Amino acid sequence: MILLDRVSKTYSKDTKPSLDRVSLHVEPKEFVIVVGQSGAGKTTLLRLLTREERQTTGKIIVGGIDYDKLKDREIPLLRRKIGVVFQDFKLLPNKTIFENVAFALEMVGMGNKEIRNTVPKVLDIVNLTGKEDNMPIQLSGGERQRVAIARAIVRQPKILIADEPTGNLDPKHAWDVIKILEKINRYGTTVLLTTHNQEIVNRLKRRVVTLKDGRVVSDRANAGYKI
Amino acid sequence: MGKKKLITFWRIVHTGMVNFARNISLAIAAMAIMVVTLTIVLFSLIINDTFSHTIYQITSKIDISVYLKDSVNQQQTAKLLGEIRSLSNVQSAAYLSKAQALKVYEAQNSSNQQLIQAVQETNNPLPATIIIKPRNLNDLSSIKSFLSLPAVNKLQTDPPSYSGQEKQAIDRITHATNVLREIGVVAVIVFAVVSVLIIFNTIQMAIFNRRDEIQIMRLLGASTSYIRGPFIVESIIYGVVSAMISVLIINEAFQASSTTLQASSLGLLDIGYANQFFTDKFLVLLILEVVLGIVIGAVSSLIATRRYLKFKSR
Ligand SMILES: Nc1ncnc2c1ncn2[C@@H]1O[C@H](COP(=O)(O)OP(=O)(O)O)[C@@H](O)[C@H]1O
Ligand SMILES: [Mg+2]
Repeated sequence: MILLDRVSKTYSKDTKPSLDRVSLHVEPKEFVIVVGQSGAGKTTLLRLLTREERQTTGKIIVGGIDYDKLKDREIPLLRRKIGVVFQDFKLLPNKTIFENVAFALEMVGMGNKEIRNTVPKVLDIVNLTGKEDNMPIQLSGGERQRVAIARAIVRQPKILIADEPTGNLDPKHAWDVIKILEKINRYGTTVLLTTHNQEIVNRLKRRVVTLKDGRVVSDRANAGYKI
Repeated sequence: MGKKKLITFWRIVHTGMVNFARNISLAIAAMAIMVVTLTIVLFSLIINDTFSHTIYQITSKIDISVYLKDSVNQQQTAKLLGEIRSLSNVQSAAYLSKAQALKVYEAQNSSNQQLIQAVQETNNPLPATIIIKPRNLNDLSSIKSFLSLPAVNKLQTDPPSYSGQEKQAIDRITHATNVLREIGVVAVIVFAVVSVLIIFNTIQMAIFNRRDEIQIMRLLGASTSYIRGPFIVESIIYGVVSAMISVLIINEAFQASSTTLQASSLGLLDIGYANQFFTDKFLVLLILEVVLGIVIGAVSSLIATRRYLKFKSR
């Protein structure tokens, strides 16, 4: 599903690479946790997958698409196939919760009727029924995080990428979010999750890829986590 | 697929309209300058047509009369007529016999019975006349030199008469029209450029105000046209609204201040005709203005979005 072959990323010539020859192979329906301290390169890795950034060297193939052969005008189509939960949510502050989720469907040409049917179902999955008409600012951090997840999954992507979705949450809410991701994974979506929350990693018992200074230092199934 | 495209198209139009309403304060400056531009265009079109009409009207009345001696016979007349007609600047030449000339004279002076009586008593003193209508009034020299050839001159009783005063009026109007045309063209170009720049700037500002939203749309996989479309729709709305306002302005000008307009045009402008032209061609002029507004709006926003949305590689 996701294949990285010795991928490096250097943002500017004078700095050392943020990713250094990273190789990674993720099977369909897998649940992979990418761990590493702040600055290890987790977000950079995800940005390469969504083509927000281009790799400096190496090969990336996602869902059969070779990124070297991707044309600029094909990037939107690629992004529609990958659901992304951004580290900073990226919700639109002047749209309601419903509108924020519907937004992702509007841009792919879904009819209003279908949108009105789909959005409540997804809000139900993330336990936000009843918050449709709230504005993002009226929600707690955990709720906003779940709106971001709802928007990421509403188009039923084959791949879900979540960048530190538990970052600013207390343990209980963090675990709620993780349970939602597990549920989505059970429905058949490949999940790539980054975190530096040790407790979550230990409880999840999933494959863990550890990044340090842009390099993969370990890649183990059913792993715990220690820094 | 077709249905999806239609939905997307309407969404783009809808978003453009919503953004237009939301950005109305920005839009006002852009539309004000566009209204000025389109009003100048419309005004120029009307003036131009009105002056052309006036010139045509006066031109068609202008002629040159050649008075023939009573001794000139039919054969000579026919030969002269043929020669005159073959001159390149002659549109037509008509022959009035002595009797016909008298009839015309009587008709022209029907109010003055004494004069008519005097003429009738003196056994028709009017000469047979050839009336020449020239094609181009500004170039009568070829006709004049032909008429002053000795062979031609000796057939004439009096020097030919030109409708001289009318010629002067025509010169004045032609000159005014040419000047106005030039001013109009320059003004239209200047204001169109200023309009494009200001709309360009407005769209740039709108893009700046919505940069977060645009970035999020990109990351969520919105297509280029879905992001760009609303800005173009928005500036097309500027064009359409401005066109309508400018047509309204001209309409009001005719309604309210035709006397001022008359005075300010030195009496050269045939307000009646201008108004008639505006009324008759209302639909065509409206469409023309709307199309022009749309073109100005679309061009500026196409350039602005290309420049500031930086579609490449992101
Ligand atoms: N846009 C950027 N320009 C330059 N350097 C960057 C940029 N984004 C990240 N970096 C650098 O790349 C490294 C990895 O950053 P990041 O991928 O954000 O790490 P993480 O998400 O694991 O905290 C850091 O040293 C960071 O300073
Ligand atoms: Mg990060």
